[in-house]
Order: sequence, then C-alpha cells, then structure tokens
Amino acid sequence: MPNFIMSYLGSTVTPGEAGSQFWALIYVLIIFAGVSVAVICMNWIERKALAHFQIRLGPMRVGPHGLLQPFADALKLMLKEDIIPAEADQFVFWVAPLIGLLAAFTVYTVIPFGPSQAVSDMNIGILFMLGVSSLGVLGIVVSGWASNSHYPLIGALRSSAQMVSYEVAMGLAVVSAVLMTSLNASGTGTLSMIGIVQAQQQQGVWFIFKFFPLGFLAFVIFAIAMVAETNRAPFDMAEAESELTAGYHTEYSGLRWSLFMLAEYAAMIAVSSIAVTLWLGGWMRPFPNLLHAPAWDFIFSLFPGLTFGGLAAIAMIGAARMPAHSFFRIQRIGLAVFAALLAFSALLLLVIAIAGRSADTSVAARFREGIDYVYWFVLKVAVFMYLFIWYRATWPRYRFDQLMRIGWKVMLPISLGVLLLTAIVGVILP
Amino acid sequence: MNPALNSALSINSGMAPVATPWFFYALAGMAVLSGVFVITRRNAVHAALALIITLLSVAGLYLMLYAPFVAGVQIIVYAGGIMVLFLFVIMLVNIERSSKERAFNRMWPVGLAAAGALMVLFASAIVKGSHINDMFRDRLMPLPESTNTQQIASLLYGEAGRMGQYTFAFEIASLLLLVAILGAVIMTKKKI
Repeated sequence: MPNFIMSYLGSTVTPGEAGSQFWALIYVLIIFAGVSVAVICMNWIERKALAHFQIRLGPMRVGPHGLLQPFADALKLMLKEDIIPAEADQFVFWVAPLIGLLAAFTVYTVIPFGPSQAVSDMNIGILFMLGVSSLGVLGIVVSGWASNSHYPLIGALRSSAQMVSYEVAMGLAVVSAVLMTSLNASGTGTLSMIGIVQAQQQQGVWFIFKFFPLGFLAFVIFAIAMVAETNRAPFDMAEAESELTAGYHTEYSGLRWSLFMLAEYAAMIAVSSIAVTLWLGGWMRPFPNLLHAPAWDFIFSLFPGLTFGGLAAIAMIGAARMPAHSFFRIQRIGLAVFAALLAFSALLLLVIAIAGRSADTSVAARFREGIDYVYWFVLKVAVFMYLFIWYRATWPRYRFDQLMRIGWKVMLPISLGVLLLTAIVGVILP
Repeated sequence: MNPALNSALSINSGMAPVATPWFFYALAGMAVLSGVFVITRRNAVHAALALIITLLSVAGLYLMLYAPFVAGVQIIVYAGGIMVLFLFVIMLVNIERSSKERAFNRMWPVGLAAAGALMVLFASAIVKGSHINDMFRDRLMPLPESTNTQQIASLLYGEAGRMGQYTFAFEIASLLLLVAILGAVIMTKKKI
C-alpha cells in the first residue's frame, strides 16, 4: 500500500497522465477544499471591498473586521427553512442548483495550477472547459422555469439569450489564442491547457503581448465575455435586483440558494483561470526568459512567503489599532492569533524557498517549485477576482437591448477580425 | 476487443484502458432510457432535460471510441448551445395547454414501423458486416489520444500545403450553413 501511494511522488506528470487514481482523488479533494475556501474568502472580500468603494465599513460585528461573517452566513443558510413553492416543478427545482454546481466544479479537472499540478491534462482541455462551463447556464435556465413564477422566468430567459450570444465572441477569442500556439517549428498547435502554457513558455511571450495589439484585443473580448458568461455586474441581467427582485433564484432559499452562490463564484474562478492560462502565462512567474538566472529564481520564490508576511503585518496593524475598550479584547486577541497564523505560514514558505534554492531534485526543491507555480497562478486569478468586484462597484447595469447590441454588433465583428488578422499575421511573420 | 487492439492500447497509454465494457453499458443504457423519456414525457421541459442527458451520454460514448474532439464538440454545440436555445423556445410555449394534448398522434404505427425497419437494418449490418473486413475495421489501430485532434485537422484542412481528404466537403458544408444563417436573417427582417 505505501508503495502504491508513493509511486506517483517524484513523477513530473499529472495524476491523470500517470494513471494514478489515488493521487487524482487527492488532487480533486484538495481542489474542492481550496475552491470552497476561496469562495468563502471571496464572499468576505467582496462585501468588504464593495463597502469601502461606497465609503461604508461593511461587516464589522462578527469577528474582528467581520472576518467570521462568511461562517455566520453559511451557518444561517444551512439552518434556514428550505422552501419549495407549492406550484413549482418539484424535481426540476431540486435538481437545478446541482446542475450549476456540477458544471462549475467539473471544469477544475483540467485547470493547470502547474505543469504537473492538475488533476488531468486532456488533449481537448480548452474545449472541455468551454463546453462544461456552458452547461452551467442550464442550471440557471431550468431553475427559473421550475420556480413557476414570473421574475425567475424572465431572469432565466434573459440569461439563456445572453449566454448564447456571448459564447460566440468568447469562443472566437479563444480560437485566436489557440491559433497562436501553432506558431512553432512543427506548425502544430494544441488544445491542452498545459500545452497552451508551455507554448507561451517556448515562444517566450505571454499571448496577451503576442502580435500586439491582436493578442490584447482577444484578451479584452474574452475578459468582457467572461463577465457576461458568469452573470456578474454590469451584465447581471439574470438577477437584476432592481427589476426582477433576485432573478432566477427568487424562489430559492436556504442551502439551495447557497449552492447557486457557490456555483457562481466557482464559475468565476474557473473562467478567470481560462483567461490566465490562455493569455497570462498560466503558472509562469513574470519574465521567466529575461531574468532566468538561478538568483532570480530564488528572488521570485520568496514572493509567496513575503505575501503572507504582508498579510500578517496588515492583520497585526489591525489588531494594534483596535479600540482600547474592554469590549474589543476578545476581537483583538482573535486578530492577533490570526496574524500569528499568517506569520507562521509566511515563515514556513520562506524556509521552503531557502531550503529548496539549489536546483537539484531534492524534496524541498520540488516543494518550492510546486509552491511557486501555484502561487503565481493563484495570484493572477486573484487579480481577476478583484476586477470582478471592481466592475460591480463601478459600472451601472446595462439595459438588455444594449447588452445584445454590444454582444452581436461590437464584440462578434471585432473577435472575427482579430481571428482573421491573427491567422494572416501568423502566416506572414515567421 | 481483439488481442491486437488490446496490446496496441496498452502500449500506447502504458496502462489498462479505462474504457471497460461497463462504461459502455452504463452510457448506452442511460442514452436509451433518457431517449425514451424524451418522447414519453408530456412536459416539454422534462423532455428537453432528458434529451440533454442523452446527448451527454453519447458524448461519453465518443470518448470511449477514442474521439475526444468529437465528444468535446458534442458537449459545446449540442448540450451547451442548441439545448439552451431549445429550452429558451420551450419556455415561451404555453406548457399547460401542451401538456393536456395527446403526446402521440395517429401516425405512431408508421413511426414504429420505420423505427423497427431501421433497427432490422442495423442488426443485419452488424451480423453480416462482421464477415466483411471493410465494414467494421476494428483491426485498424485507434489513433493515440494525444494526436487525435491533429489527425482530424489534417483530414479536414490538409497538412504541409496539401489539401486534406475532406477539405472540399467541409468547406461546402460551412458555405451551406452560412447561406442558412443569411437566409434566416433575411426572412426575419423585412427591411435590412
């Protein structure tokens, strides 16, 4: 048994490729837990950031600076009464949130957090991701219909029309990035997510900067379409609260409603990962070919530890600045403990970075590599997640006809043009 | 599965193929069962959901046939795109009236006869075809999964400046689709 478990360690391929079901399961569990934690963090950050954008404080009562608010919310949602409307289609109403959740989480099997840090590397990775994430809309459409109520139905109809329109522009933008992977000696591109990042590594450029401004335009189109695909502001027509109360999930409550939230945030992380993989170099650190000396490797590998150190410092300052009233004593202690935990993680990461600085194949070096890959990938995704919040705080919602006009009359022609030009430039330039 | 194929698979992938007969039976059973649901459910949305499950199981069968590209396209185009449009249209239909109507009209014996004839055709093809080498070329080695998509591309588009085997047919089909799109736009818009 130990041999069976250890057989995969030291291998440089994904568990799927190595045929190790055990390690694939471990990876699946890690990703599932990681995404759930990320959704919880995202919930807190979104409420806090939105509040600060609007010069409010946001959650402040549950835990220091509202840090325990997501847990309180989760507890509330689990204990809340779960209502199924009498006139609803019982079975479909029950199954709809699960469709969205399954689609959002299935996508994670092919997301490459590193050259071997993925559950599996499929030959059709990007196709699989686009296909499965497009199934997520079925959950929204079906939930709106099953509620047997006007607002959810309108939300569902809007959502389906919107998804189908923006998927076209999104697909064309993705194709122009896939086209860039074929600009090598053999002239063969790839659809595999890991292969796409490796193609950027070989060509020595992130695809966002390739054939400037073509790669950049394709990226922008994808970045707009992905906001529409995940039903986020300013394209959140499906749940426009000023018009449709809560859109497709008006009739949902309790745990079922929280499943919709989980699916929405998981889908946001998934589409951001597609954008990062296709245009922003995936797991690669900045300037891997310009600053490729081992010293630079070492300096960049200090970043994960320094990030956690910075977070610990912020938490520490927060603890120090707590009001000196006895009412805040427990909160101050809690925040200090949180800061100590962050500082400990920072120390651990720094120790790994220093212990694994030599380029040999020791365990520490492999650990350091893995941490670097995951860190840079997650950092890039986190930038997108912040952008999602920023959009929501900044832009008013589009009207539905404006949304459709932009989708079909602006985004689609531009993405077609970018695709054509990319193909032409790719043939002309060697 | 014949021995030659088996050994080819184990050499290619370095492990036993995951695609066991059980997967086939599960997927095929799911496809048939939900296919029956598609025509027997009175509620159009339930039928559409059953159709989605059918399409997904067929995508799984494509995967078992070592055709990952076709499986991916099946999910994107049919399960993700066309079925969303289907549901969109169905929701605009008055469900309560249509669920009171009869699900089968008087033509059902004709349909049954046609389906039976098709089944006999398939069965005889399978029974007779196993004697003919050209019909079911299971002796042909399946393409390794990693190059499958590239093989499809070189069949459709050709490689190294040569025209592919099916380039002409592929382009004609896409032209036909373009004409259909333009036709739909012209028919719906009186003034362009």
